[in-house]
Amino acid sequence: MKTTVTRRYRFAASHRLHIDTLSEAENSALYGKCNNPFGHGHDYVLDVSVAGPVDSKTGKMFGIDALDRLVNRAVLADFEHRNINRDLPEFRGLVPTTENISLVIAERLGQSWNSAMPASTALARIYVEETGRNSFEVNCTVPNSTNA
Amino acid sequence: MLITRKAEFSASHLCRIPSLSDEENFRVYGSDANPNGHGHNYILEVTISGDPDPRTGMIMDLKDLKRIIEDEVVEPMDHRSLNHEVPPFDHVVPTAENVAGEIWRRLEIKVKTGRAQLYRIRLWETSDLSVEVSAA
Repeated sequence: MKTTVTRRYRFAASHRLHIDTLSEAENSALYGKCNNPFGHGHDYVLDVSVAGPVDSKTGKMFGIDALDRLVNRAVLADFEHRNINRDLPEFRGLVPTTENISLVIAERLGQSWNSAMPASTALARIYVEETGRNSFEVNCTVPNSTNA
Repeated sequence: MLITRKAEFSASHLCRIPSLSDEENFRVYGSDANPNGHGHNYILEVTISGDPDPRTGMIMDLKDLKRIIEDEVVEPMDHRSLNHEVPPFDHVVPTAENVAGEIWRRLEIKVKTGRAQLYRIRLWETSDLSVEVSAA
């Protein structure tokens, strides 16, 4: 029996999809409305899934406070009410598609995981909804699956 | 192929280990340790896997799956106190992890018919916290 615990978080942020080396017409053709020069925003939903054994005494896999602290510090503090293109260093040369946002979040959580979460747990999956109509999942249990 | 059926039940619970002090229980379980309990609208997603029968086009008659979920989960747990009325939670702490594990055990044995097997269950304790259980 394999157990996975998922906690849902939310953040509101703006972004613009644009590649500097392409012309305005090419960017517009590639990204459509998402290329609007002044940007636009979303209420993102972030699900962080954790795999590991359930403690037989407490019935819990981990203390939810530890995950909340990690996600707040490593993700939400930088993403919440920010302009992703301008405020986040990872996106200076990286287009903030939700694919790339998901991978950056997985990378950030992976880097801080061992110092914040019990050694028995592992980051299993990142799920990001850009809107209620599209969602993106990164399986973090497969080695190198988070490499762009 | 996978098929998912959804069900809901509302129940009360509290998470405490009797041998621990109040302070320790609140440290481990937070407000879930309130001695008088509290409740949730649990949402359950049951996913089965299998290949459709070439004659009927079905993996499993969904009426049967609905009845199994009703008999094993909804009827015994809906509008109940998990700690007081639903074994094994008289002596097992009804955390979301343990409730999901118990539902997996109850359903796994019943779903195993000719073509279908239980693939995954997902139990939402709140809209922000869910637990998935699948075979190892």
